[in-house]
Amino acid sequence: MTATIDLEVREGVDRETVETVQNMGSYKYGWETEIEMDYAPKGLNEDIVRLISQKNNEPEWMLEWRLEAYRRWLTMTEPKWAMLNYPEIDYQDQFYYARPKSMEVKPKSLDEVDPKLLATYEKLGIPLKEQMILAGVEGASPSPAMDMAIAATEGRRVAVDAVFDSVSVGTTFKEELAQAGVIFCSISEAIREHPELVKKYLGSVVPQSDNFFATLNSAVFSDGSFVYVPKGVKCPMELSTYFRINAENTGQFERTLIIADKGSYVSYLEGCTAPKRDTNQLHAAVVEIVVLEDAEVKYSTVQNWFPGDEEGKGGIYNFVTKRADCREARAKVMWTQVETGSAITWKYPSCILRGDESQGEFYSIAIANNMQQADTGTKMIHLGRNTRSRIVSKGISAGKAQNTYRGLVTMHPRATNSRNYTQCDSLLIGDQCGAHTVPYIEVKNTSSRVEHEATTSKVDDDQLFYCRQRGMDEEEAVALVVNGFCREVLQALPMEFAMEAQSLVAISLEGSVG
Amino acid sequence: MADTAVKAKDQTPTIDGAPKPAGALDARLAALSLPQGGFTAAARRDALARLQDMGLPGPRDEYWRYTDPRSFNAPVPAALAVPDADETPLFDGLDKLTLVFVDGVFDEAASDDLALEGVEIATLAQADAAGSWAADLYGKLEAAGQKPVKRPFAALNTVAARDGLLIRVTATPAKPLHVVHRRASDSADAVWHHVIRVEEGAELTLLETGMSGARSNSVIEVDLAEGAKFHHVASKRAVDPKVGIGHIFARIAARAQFKSFTLSVKGTMMRNEAVIDIAGDDAVAHIAAAVLGDGAQAPFHQDDTVFVTHGAERCESRQVFKKVLKNGATGVFQGKILVKPGAQKTDGYQISQALLLDERSQFLAKPELEIYADDVKCSHGSTTGAIDEEALFYLRSRGVSRERAIVFLVLSFLADALAEVEDDGIRDRIYERLDVWLTLNAVQ
Repeated sequence: MTATIDLEVREGVDRETVETVQNMGSYKYGWETEIEMDYAPKGLNEDIVRLISQKNNEPEWMLEWRLEAYRRWLTMTEPKWAMLNYPEIDYQDQFYYARPKSMEVKPKSLDEVDPKLLATYEKLGIPLKEQMILAGVEGASPSPAMDMAIAATEGRRVAVDAVFDSVSVGTTFKEELAQAGVIFCSISEAIREHPELVKKYLGSVVPQSDNFFATLNSAVFSDGSFVYVPKGVKCPMELSTYFRINAENTGQFERTLIIADKGSYVSYLEGCTAPKRDTNQLHAAVVEIVVLEDAEVKYSTVQNWFPGDEEGKGGIYNFVTKRADCREARAKVMWTQVETGSAITWKYPSCILRGDESQGEFYSIAIANNMQQADTGTKMIHLGRNTRSRIVSKGISAGKAQNTYRGLVTMHPRATNSRNYTQCDSLLIGDQCGAHTVPYIEVKNTSSRVEHEATTSKVDDDQLFYCRQRGMDEEEAVALVVNGFCREVLQALPMEFAMEAQSLVAISLEGSVG
Repeated sequence: MADTAVKAKDQTPTIDGAPKPAGALDARLAALSLPQGGFTAAARRDALARLQDMGLPGPRDEYWRYTDPRSFNAPVPAALAVPDADETPLFDGLDKLTLVFVDGVFDEAASDDLALEGVEIATLAQADAAGSWAADLYGKLEAAGQKPVKRPFAALNTVAARDGLLIRVTATPAKPLHVVHRRASDSADAVWHHVIRVEEGAELTLLETGMSGARSNSVIEVDLAEGAKFHHVASKRAVDPKVGIGHIFARIAARAQFKSFTLSVKGTMMRNEAVIDIAGDDAVAHIAAAVLGDGAQAPFHQDDTVFVTHGAERCESRQVFKKVLKNGATGVFQGKILVKPGAQKTDGYQISQALLLDERSQFLAKPELEIYADDVKCSHGSTTGAIDEEALFYLRSRGVSRERAIVFLVLSFLADALAEVEDDGIRDRIYERLDVWLTLNAVQ
């Protein structure tokens, strides 16, 4: 954390504001935990796939599933259609499995987990202790209003599944959730304990052969989270996963499977960080969500992987496949994402609106600064009657970054009386960056209405002038204007995340003005 | 099981840049009689090299995502009966200089005398041997327009064009030029190529009507000098199973204005590509289209693919595309605004809208923005929907019949695109004609 130095506070400027600016330093989570690790040998082949399966004590069917994916992957080529520029990835020059030595024997409870690991999450602001709340921002709340907001959330509890490199370190509140009938555990545990659910749903939304990165994930995913919310249950607390990449040259491949049975509700949060390094690291995750009749799932992400330095050295390559299947009538899913990190972002959380009257929503803020490149968006596939979807995407480019919104809205002939509204706005800060919009709109019936709007503009000079007049410096003023620009999306986030996201927006744009 | 999957995969071509069946392009070229060319010889040779490098589009080609290129790839077009006399041409009665093309070849006897003050008009076939000012331009804008998106049929046109017009405007002529296309053969593969240069401060209005060939491929290269104005109004009304691809490549210098409006009615497989390069400061480019698609008698597929590049400061671009679709018709719009670094104060706008009149019609759109300058105002909108029942009810309650009310609503839907036709007289004629067509094909 930033050391508090003596601050000369100008009259009329509150102390918090000054601290915010101070804290708007570089990437906060760039440190590394020194811990002994077990690695699988470098490279990728069938033996590595077998090894990962064996390390997770998986049944034979799971190994077969992985091998099938691996063989499929060998026949596929990396997609090149995104507006992303990066050197060829050497898939043999990676570790596909890295586990802290202390995790060799799976700890029975959180008390047995290596204190170093617990300290890591503590430092990240993710206390792995029950009865503690997940405070979004540690000690850096930009305004008194936010302190109040934090206070207001006290008493709200969040269950966490913490994933460290290739393994899940621990999951909190498991017993309490179990009382409500909710299964929340690591996916490796679910494969062993709940094979009937995993067999039924794994790969049913994102099949093994879906795309290059998802297929790779299907072969080598090491851990991830599993959620099952039974019929009619409103999950008593928010669930979350926190992904931490720590080891060098190691790819992280996690798999998340969420099943919301008829009439249930769950809100799920996802966060991630990684140490600063000079080399790029690969992250290829798959998230599958199955939403049954009348159920609702909210999935919120604050993606804060290490973005690389100003020259574009290092950073995470983030190739993620996320998809929700509203399989039955009146199912509802809402994706909210704040993408601030990663050197490369390739991510399109999608909704298959199969059930009649099902609903999909996508709210996104994507911020690219320095040399970052983001190609992100969503797909809304309307198959059922009276389905509705809404897309609100805010892209911000600064420095030499490239930011692309890529989306698909398709209304199938059967999806009568359906509705889509899309709004994607781009904001450019500086004349070296780029903002791009690539929407695909396919309408195959008349009774549906599809509306798409996109704008690109720069930070409004009048607004900046107004803020400067009120005593803000330029960076603060830009941060405020940008926060205003993102407001619609920030509002869609759960409280804790909204605060973290808001300060992240400021941090990510640091140094982009002037 | 997994092993068989691998084997099956090996036999199919790789996904990226799916290879076309070998020899498809050769077969396509062999079916055309390729002119040797006089002053165009070098340009034709370069275009052939480009084309061989690109190949014909395959089904996985991103820019052919919504339009099946097979009927353009086929070596010869499907035979198409020549219709009996068509209705009265759209611009009859206007004072204009008429230039008639029959299946893509200039018909001197049917055309007016080429002499018009301020304008030099020659035909490609006749001028080719003698040489022309157009030597610097023929195929040049087409070549420049091949990046970043490949347009193989435009290169094919430069290679194979048999005829076309070479028009150079030095001073604003007293009347517009009217190119009339006619058909004579049921199997002609018409390929024509116009080159137009409007010199500093001059203006030209070019009208185009009719269709030629059983299949057609056209290229218009338009080079506008500083402060020049070019106004293009085309009405493409095909007989039913028509296959055609048209291209406009424009280069616009400082303070010049380019405006193009196309009306498309009928056609089995029609694609219009416009590639506009705004190269000088304070220039303006507007491109608009109104499309009436009816798939009742024959399939209807119409595609507008537009690429506007802003490479200078304070320029304005507009893309206005309106499509009315019924009886299983398909409308496609792929539009792009590219703002290059340094093209500050750009004002770019793009709207694509479809009115679907029945459950089987579809609209497929890909409106793109690619922006590398910060002080710009760029936006696009796209909507798709049915006739507004409330508006219909309002008209009915005023005593307007349902059929007539729909005609009104369709005309008002198309109004924004028609507004891009500057000349009131020409615009009124288009409205009248649309009214007639819509009334004849009334939606019940």
